Amino acid sequence: MTDGQETIKSSIWFEEAEADNPYAAASCYCSGYDVYGDLLGKVSWVQYLYLLFKLDLPDPQHARLLETLAVALANPGIRDHSVRAAMNAGVAGSTKASALMAAVAVGAGNLGGGREVYLCLDLWHHLGSDMEKWQHAISQPSQDERIDVWLPMEHFPGFDPNGVTCPRPVVQTLALLADIGSYQPLIWLRDHRSELEAATGYPLSMAGVAAAAFHALGFSSEQAEMLYLLLRLPGAAAHALEQEQHGWRQYPFFGTALKPMADADYQSLMKTTEAK
Amino acid sequence: MMESTRNSLAYFDNHWPTNKGAWFPGEAVRYREMSLFDDFRDKSWMDLLIYGIRGTMPQPEVSRLMEQIWIICTSYPDPRLWNNRVAALAGTTRSTGALALGVATAVSEASIYGRRPDIIGCEFLISTCDQVAAGGELDVIVMEYLKKHRSIPGFGRPIISRDERIEPLLAVARELELDRGDHLALVKRIEDVLDRKRMRMKANISSYCAALLADLGFSPREFYNTVLLSFTGGIMPCYLDAVEKPEGVFFPLSCSKIQYQGAGIRRLENVKK
Repeated sequence: MTDGQETIKSSIWFEEAEADNPYAAASCYCSGYDVYGDLLGKVSWVQYLYLLFKLDLPDPQHARLLETLAVALANPGIRDHSVRAAMNAGVAGSTKASALMAAVAVGAGNLGGGREVYLCLDLWHHLGSDMEKWQHAISQPSQDERIDVWLPMEHFPGFDPNGVTCPRPVVQTLALLADIGSYQPLIWLRDHRSELEAATGYPLSMAGVAAAAFHALGFSSEQAEMLYLLLRLPGAAAHALEQEQHGWRQYPFFGTALKPMADADYQSLMKTTEAK
Repeated sequence: MMESTRNSLAYFDNHWPTNKGAWFPGEAVRYREMSLFDDFRDKSWMDLLIYGIRGTMPQPEVSRLMEQIWIICTSYPDPRLWNNRVAALAGTTRSTGALALGVATAVSEASIYGRRPDIIGCEFLISTCDQVAAGGELDVIVMEYLKKHRSIPGFGRPIISRDERIEPLLAVARELELDRGDHLALVKRIEDVLDRKRMRMKANISSYCAALLADLGFSPREFYNTVLLSFTGGIMPCYLDAVEKPEGVFFPLSCSKIQYQGAGIRRLENVKK
């Protein structure tokens, strides 16, 4: 057990107190920069975001890459699972926070979520831009040594198991990101996408593109997972608000989509309901 | 492969076959193979929960044990504990009860306590029990696991090594005559191995819960799924305690509580956007 003098260690944040109140900050410093006395009004949101995670401001090329990625991720689209989760909160009048929590939770998983990006970053760190190593990893995917709260992966990270060909937005995003500066992972992914897709049997996903960009920017797996979760929220928020306005009557309920597989009573009840 | 995966989306389009149950508006609710309104009148919520997860109705003593696990092991109304503290923070900022409970429950899926040690530790116990039954040397199995993973989930404890929950829970298990299984016996034998090797790692309550439920046939994932909400009893009093006090006053931090270790004070110079 510890006494009352416990402190929070941080390399990110430092505060100087107001003279009349030790619980209010007069100055806040982020990695040495005075946030409200110097940074505010001079740096973009993306530059500040980068500073928070990397403790240094990005060079213009890094900032442009992160900003472009942030725009690409900002709205996964109305059919995305995480956005649908947020809309389910919105349509029933749930709290705004629950809409974002729903988007974060559903957008956190192995399929197109933060966990997939984390695993992709691990692959990049181990395999680099070595096609032979990627081919081997795809043909013999690593098995989890132990069970975990996360469910086992059911597809190779970064690729869409329900895809057919690589969707145009994914191709467009990758092409643009690869054109910004000379980020080797992105150029390599653009140039070898078809080979990788042939090996996995699935098209590259936006999560796979995002992971390559985070790797190119030098983020760790943990940082990439966190940023991916964060950057995908704007669309979820906007769509939740929009559907809240429309209301549940104008939102799918999948009224006849539930199909019983169990016993005759069950099926009989289902038929009665469907008839209604 | 691409063709078949496309077909699977088409198959499930507006089509969700299920054997888990459904609401029949104005008529009834099927809960797996039972009627929610007819078949659960003499059942407890624990019965319903376990049946919903495992698909088999538990014996009364199993539900009773599960309820006691929830009460004894994870219902500490202490806001210093990390998940409870989140609920207290939600209370002090006047957030809602559901947000406090939801997020504190999510936070309970931690690595140093809670759900991750639960599920990994349960798998370790079941696997070790199987290996010993197949003739494996317990000392070797334990030490190899430690060498590979550096720790054994369910053994050792943050803050203090003694776990005060073990005796009360074992008393319940004895009372219910559910304390005679192989997995439970194995916990003590693993402790003995660790003692002999001077590892100073005692089994904590997670191992005992895992062992008791493994002896009842629960898989690691079933154990995890059935205890997910078990911190609820501790979380809500912490939220309410903060709500009942003036807003914002829960363990306030003065600026001096930040021990800064980062870059020195610097000025922005010609940052190009």
